[in-house]
Amino acid sequence: MNPAVEHSHTELVELRIPSRPEWVALARLAAATVANRVRFSIEEIEDVKLAVAEACTAVIQHDGHGEFIDVTCEALSDLLRIRVRDSGRQGGARAQAQNMNFDEARIAGLGVFLIRTLMDEVSYDVSPQGTDLQMVKRLTGATDH
Amino acid sequence: MDIKVNVREAPGDCYVVDLSGEIDVYTSPKVKDAIGELIDRGVYFLVINLEKVRYIDSTGLGVLIGGLKRVREHGGSVNLVCTNPQIKKIFDITGLVKIFGIFESEDAAMKALV
Repeated sequence: MNPAVEHSHTELVELRIPSRPEWVALARLAAATVANRVRFSIEEIEDVKLAVAEACTAVIQHDGHGEFIDVTCEALSDLLRIRVRDSGRQGGARAQAQNMNFDEARIAGLGVFLIRTLMDEVSYDVSPQGTDLQMVKRLTGATDH
Repeated sequence: MDIKVNVREAPGDCYVVDLSGEIDVYTSPKVKDAIGELIDRGVYFLVINLEKVRYIDSTGLGVLIGGLKRVREHGGSVNLVCTNPQIKKIFDITGLVKIFGIFESEDAAMKALV
């Protein structure tokens, strides 16, 4: 059973996970559950799962990340808005780039590429306070909300 | 969530790595170790069977790319067996279909190893 989310109603799910690899699966499963509420297809739900996992992985793999990752999933009638944030990071983006070797940087780039390809809108802000990535996935054929 | 890795010898100088489960930032080190151990032993022709893999992310792709890079340094090759449409899609959109041999069956992947 998969009841539609009411048009004017927003369902918000907030999840805080430790910034460690073993918790990324929980974040992607939570995002998949919320995506299911927006009536995405199985393929679209898989896209959301991968995008959220890539965002969490990007946080974890960067030096000086915060202790937690906050994942916020907002389900509307025709779109899903997801925010992935870390906090309390010690170094900025410049420090991260310097500490990654070439292969790691290429794989991280692959993750960002996947997020941008699978989601309809992606924006992010990197500051000394942490990474803040926001992304939107729309139901196929849906117009601006 | 876990990944199961099974390594078996195949005819010729080839090994098959069967993977089952989910390959992500948590589980990919286990896959990397298994492939790395084979290469360290001088095995440069591999078939990696992804038929039972339900999920793979960029860290998993990175492990496969790393393995391919290492065996190619020795004139080897890595072919993949993949039938899951979602996983095939990830190889498609990342362009990795152009660098890996991706096959529908293990037999086809074995035969194409050169």
